[in-house]
Amino acid sequence: MQYPIDVKNLSKNYSNKAAVKNINFKINKNEILGLLGPNGCGKTTTIAMMLGLLKPTNGIVLIDGEDIEKNRIKLLHKMNFISPYIELPKKLTVKENLIVYGKLYGVKKVLLRIDHLSEKLRLTEFLNKKTGELSSGQKNRVSLAKALINDPKILFLDEPTASLDPETGDFVRTFIEKLSKEREMSILLASHNMDEVKRLCKNVLMMKDGLLIDRGTPNELIKKHGKINLEEVFLKLNRTSNEF
Amino acid sequence: MSFNRIYGLFLRHFFLIKSSLPRILDLIYWPTIQIILWGFISLFFSTYSNYYNNTLGVILTCAILYDFLFRSSISFNMLFLEEIWSRNFTNLFIAPMRISEIIISLVVTALIRTLIGLVPAILITSPLFGISILNLGIPLLFLFLSLYIFGITLGLFVSSGLLRYGPAFENIAWSSLFLLAPLGCIYYPIEILPDMLQTMAKALPLVYIFEEARSILINQYVDYSNIKNAFILNIFYLFIGIVLFYYSFRQARKKGSLINIGE
Repeated sequence: MQYPIDVKNLSKNYSNKAAVKNINFKINKNEILGLLGPNGCGKTTTIAMMLGLLKPTNGIVLIDGEDIEKNRIKLLHKMNFISPYIELPKKLTVKENLIVYGKLYGVKKVLLRIDHLSEKLRLTEFLNKKTGELSSGQKNRVSLAKALINDPKILFLDEPTASLDPETGDFVRTFIEKLSKEREMSILLASHNMDEVKRLCKNVLMMKDGLLIDRGTPNELIKKHGKINLEEVFLKLNRTSNEF
Repeated sequence: MSFNRIYGLFLRHFFLIKSSLPRILDLIYWPTIQIILWGFISLFFSTYSNYYNNTLGVILTCAILYDFLFRSSISFNMLFLEEIWSRNFTNLFIAPMRISEIIISLVVTALIRTLIGLVPAILITSPLFGISILNLGIPLLFLFLSLYIFGITLGLFVSSGLLRYGPAFENIAWSSLFLLAPLGCIYYPIEILPDMLQTMAKALPLVYIFEEARSILINQYVDYSNIKNAFILNIFYLFIGIVLFYYSFRQARKKGSLINIGE
């Protein structure tokens, strides 16, 4: 069976450090997979390799059965990414930013696409405002619109609700949930919000020191480790073990 | 190669320029000040120097040509730096853009930025100093083209450094042209330089370009061998610049600088 995302024996070594150590996982169509782990455990490195931003030392990332290293440009058309650590140009209006990225992703009828996304993500009223003048919640929705401009089949979400107020956070979560079902997307969600992961993700990967140390559904993990919630599982794994 | 993607990246910088009057004024301000300053220096030399006698426009023309080179190189670097400063770098590199498309888009956008600054400066030289750079005639086109190619080549060298080393390389971006200016023989003939530096200078297209500009203005003689030499060297350096840019991109993918370039 061919998976939208198939990560095989993926490793990344920097000169004196192994950042990701031989990890394997797959993401199915219509699935949101959670990627959990403490800061510096290799989550961003893993996502960067999946996006073709970083060359793996070993292993392979297959997107729809094709190697990202060999078909980077072609496969990037199917993917997109959102992270609080990456911003859109602040001096451009929301609409200008979306037009630019629409063009970069070769979107046909880009203005119609922007109208559609603006309506869904409640951006219409500030489309002509400079991106830098928006609140963090509004910026987050704009980044999400940018990430959806090419109607991707695969979406990487790195802490998509970090620093958002509860209402906006809930709006974004509900939106992601719907998106995955309606568009049959495969989503990789890296987050520190355990409730968010439990609500959105069918399966969860636990990472520590570049290794995948556990995996399963949120409920399976809670049961397996004899804890009452995912946060406690996370704490237990990161305090005690680095073995699968 | 997709025109749409090249146009998209051009639009990103066009929107930025058109939305900000201070940004446009800044583009015009420095070339204008530069030309006015060199205009008066040129007036002074044409009055008191035998070499420049009856050739009022030599220094001023060379100043305009040098500024064109300076602006094209800086414009290319600025487009790259803008992406780093706005923390938009990663977004750009996860978009399905080929390196060749990025280079072409930056080349076109840098030209437009350069012309925004330089056209007003050229226009004021005639009413202020009674000089027109157009006196160089058809060869002027070749000189501008040659300078532009060298400008973007330097831009490619510096951008390669930015790709590989991140913002730490920013100071090199600003100072790269000042390093080459003394060897470029912009305002004086190559014979002024010591022998060893003359050899080094001859490896730069700048010497031939400015030698040619002076030859036309002072001797009213077009020496196409200078233009040819400049182009040959330009093509050589441009080729190295493009190869270096691709190499830096590959290295950046290995070392991870595309992820944390803003830091």
